[in-house]
Amino acid sequence: MEIKQTALAGTLESSDIQITLSQGNEGIQIDLDSSVEALYGPQIKKVITDTLAAYDIENAKVKAVDKGALDCVIKARTMAAAQRALGTVDKPNWEVL
Amino acid sequence: MKNNAGREIPEEFLNDRKAFESTEIGHPEIQRTAPKVRVSTGDDKVVESIEDVVKSTVKDGMTISFHHHLREGDFIFNKVMDCIINLGIKDLTLAPSSLTNTMNDKVVEAIKAGTITNITSSGMRGSLGEAVSHGLLKNPVIFRSHGNRARSIENGEIKIDVAFLGVPNADRLGNANGMTGDAAFGSLGYALMDANYANKVVLLTDNLVDYPNTPASIKQTQVDYVVKVDQVGDPDRIGTGATRFTKNPKDLKIAKMVNDVIIHSPYFKQGFSFQTGSGGSALAVARFLRQSMIDNHITASFALGGITKPIVDLLEEGLVQKVMDVQDFDKGAATSMKENKNQQEIDASWYADPENKGAMVDQLDIAILSALEIDTNFNVNVMTGSNGVIRGAIGGHQDAATSKMTIICAPLTRGRIATVVPAVSTVVTPGDSIDVLVTEAGIAVNPKRQDLVEAFKKVPGLPLVSIEELQQRAEKIVGKPQPLQFTDRTVALVTYRDGSLIDVIKQVKD
Repeated sequence: MEIKQTALAGTLESSDIQITLSQGNEGIQIDLDSSVEALYGPQIKKVITDTLAAYDIENAKVKAVDKGALDCVIKARTMAAAQRALGTVDKPNWEVL
Repeated sequence: MKNNAGREIPEEFLNDRKAFESTEIGHPEIQRTAPKVRVSTGDDKVVESIEDVVKSTVKDGMTISFHHHLREGDFIFNKVMDCIINLGIKDLTLAPSSLTNTMNDKVVEAIKAGTITNITSSGMRGSLGEAVSHGLLKNPVIFRSHGNRARSIENGEIKIDVAFLGVPNADRLGNANGMTGDAAFGSLGYALMDANYANKVVLLTDNLVDYPNTPASIKQTQVDYVVKVDQVGDPDRIGTGATRFTKNPKDLKIAKMVNDVIIHSPYFKQGFSFQTGSGGSALAVARFLRQSMIDNHITASFALGGITKPIVDLLEEGLVQKVMDVQDFDKGAATSMKENKNQQEIDASWYADPENKGAMVDQLDIAILSALEIDTNFNVNVMTGSNGVIRGAIGGHQDAATSKMTIICAPLTRGRIATVVPAVSTVVTPGDSIDVLVTEAGIAVNPKRQDLVEAFKKVPGLPLVSIEELQQRAEKIVGKPQPLQFTDRTVALVTYRDGSLIDVIKQVKD
């Protein structure tokens, strides 16, 4: 799936993550800024990558600003950003859920 | 070698220190030291400028000290250090009772200038903790508890050449207390050690009063110089009006559970004693404990340690007979000291020195303490954060933990950071001195305390679980973190209260 527009989901509050998706052409490129990067950096990137893969998004630039979000929150914010970026907000992808 | 807390201690540090063995102190015979005294009739003590007094007292290679009773409102430390840096003095050992955030940048500057090359402290935070954890200081910092600092000053391990002590009042000979004046902070507990044992004692005050000044906590017999300064500290930042009880529902739930543990323990009886930390849950316990004491017609013989207004309220209500006060965390506690004769100022030795003819902590029934991390062996970390960087202080943690029942209260997780972990990053207080862990998800009793397990089992509604269960629950929520990366270089030594090495802190990898 191709990203149609840059989209954002999430806040900078504690225990949240803010995901910004924009068009890219070199696979999934994640720019992660996390308060728990030393402990969970690879895990956070894996959750984002897996979630995008479920939407068949193969190319995207991802800016992720994490304030200690749990995996379920990371997944939810990535899904919201993906649906907005794909322009499919009114057609939620239930299979990803 | 591996010490008895299971931590690897590099051999290079075991030449002049032993590895941690046990929480038992035993009955060794200790030789204490005494300071040098420059004889004076006392008429020549008042000095006009900090620079003059620094010039005549501080030389390369000396040990200098400060107290941290002025906390974030301290003006003394930065003023004196500026002067020392500008005079080009080198190679000093800094031995304050602790370091607060307002001192951080000045210490970093002094390290970079070669002014400070060794540090011993209760703890450090912020930019200084970051800098030290990244290897700024060549020699490892030595962390000591408040009781251990008192012990080390008494036995000469720390030999203070010059102590710079900010006081809210003093007369021209150096009689001073912490109770009155714009910068009043209450108990001078930690500074009394410096006043008693430093070779040169310099008081700095913005409030020179008529001679003789009473009550005198620091006495003219101890003081060499009195310096008049514009302002000792910022009253608004020395302490807030009154420490408020937390409104956080999780903290309150934990506090209530701690209270349930206390009142169902064998120690909750007429004349019991307790110490609470100043953290959210620990402090809120006082509110629940108050009601339980009224309901059960029980009063406490004493409350110990760092004192807050809620503890003073218990004193004034007659629920606590004596407050044994080594420092005051808020203005309410600081100003009440002069009005309450039962709020007794105690020095750090009386409070917590393990090598003593009996310290207050040895008489303590219940201690309620907090933790950054606690592991399945009940070892507690209050020193390094989740990224391995120094951001805390031992304070009186190790000392108070010698109480008959030590309760750690902490949330199971903080954000994505687990509090209950398989192994803490730094052991500060050994699991042998921790008896109960209270989290919002359950209460774990140290298996070494089967007597407490039996007592609590009979209480309906007390959610007893194993600490392994709590650890697994935390991991299920936040996931399994990858191990932190450190270099081989040691940046700090964590000593137990008897001076033995309980752990070392390594430089973080960038």
